[in-house]
Amino acid sequence: MTRTSAKSSLQQQIDENLKRVFEESLHQDVPDRFTDLLAQLRAKESANQDKEAQK
Amino acid sequence: MTAPRDPRDELPEHLPALRAFGISLTRNATEADDLVQETIVKAWSNFDRFQAGTDLRAWLFTILRNTFYSDRRKKRREVADPDGLHAQTLFDKPHHDGRLAMTDFIRAFDQLSPEHREVLMLVGANGYSCEQVSEMMGVAVGTVKSRTNRARARLAQLLHLEEGEGLLDAQTAATMAVMTRSGVQAA
Repeated sequence: MTRTSAKSSLQQQIDENLKRVFEESLHQDVPDRFTDLLAQLRAKESANQDKEAQK
Repeated sequence: MTAPRDPRDELPEHLPALRAFGISLTRNATEADDLVQETIVKAWSNFDRFQAGTDLRAWLFTILRNTFYSDRRKKRREVADPDGLHAQTLFDKPHHDGRLAMTDFIRAFDQLSPEHREVLMLVGANGYSCEQVSEMMGVAVGTVKSRTNRARARLAQLLHLEEGEGLLDAQTAATMAVMTRSGVQAA
């Protein structure tokens, strides 16, 4: 076995595990607070636009 | 050509990834959520600076990691430990019975510095190129490359893996179990 291929196979296995770590968090439910926050930001933005329009 | 989507409409799709990236930096869901919240607010007020048609997720990741490091600088009272020396407990040699479990891997990952976790998540898990990551982090490509190599080496060291010795897959583990039983020293 060459040094390079051994190294890249180790690297590949590490990367596969890293992907799994990432995916584990990825599949958790996103808390509702973010949906609420986005709704607030949008509401604020359209309120500002209305103000602009009234000027 | 279709017009690029409004990043405001696209943002919600990236929330799970943004949160996962936040968790990989903080290793704490509550802290990660605060970080994501800050990132959303910052992104929202800076969308005029986002270049339409470019990678929104990378842009959001950049805001999140910059926020993370600047928050950390503000909280200097927490001991800085970029190389993870503080938590330098090496693990027991992994069980040679096919249980190089995810929990061991996660424990090792937890011991890395956030800088190391960051490059591993971006390059290793998300498949960004070193060039892309260098733009996101605002450092030289060479720095990203060497940091990624050091991070992988550190992870392998924590897991007692040398070059040529892979994470144990079922077959290797079975072979090793046989070797151990027959008195041959495994690894």
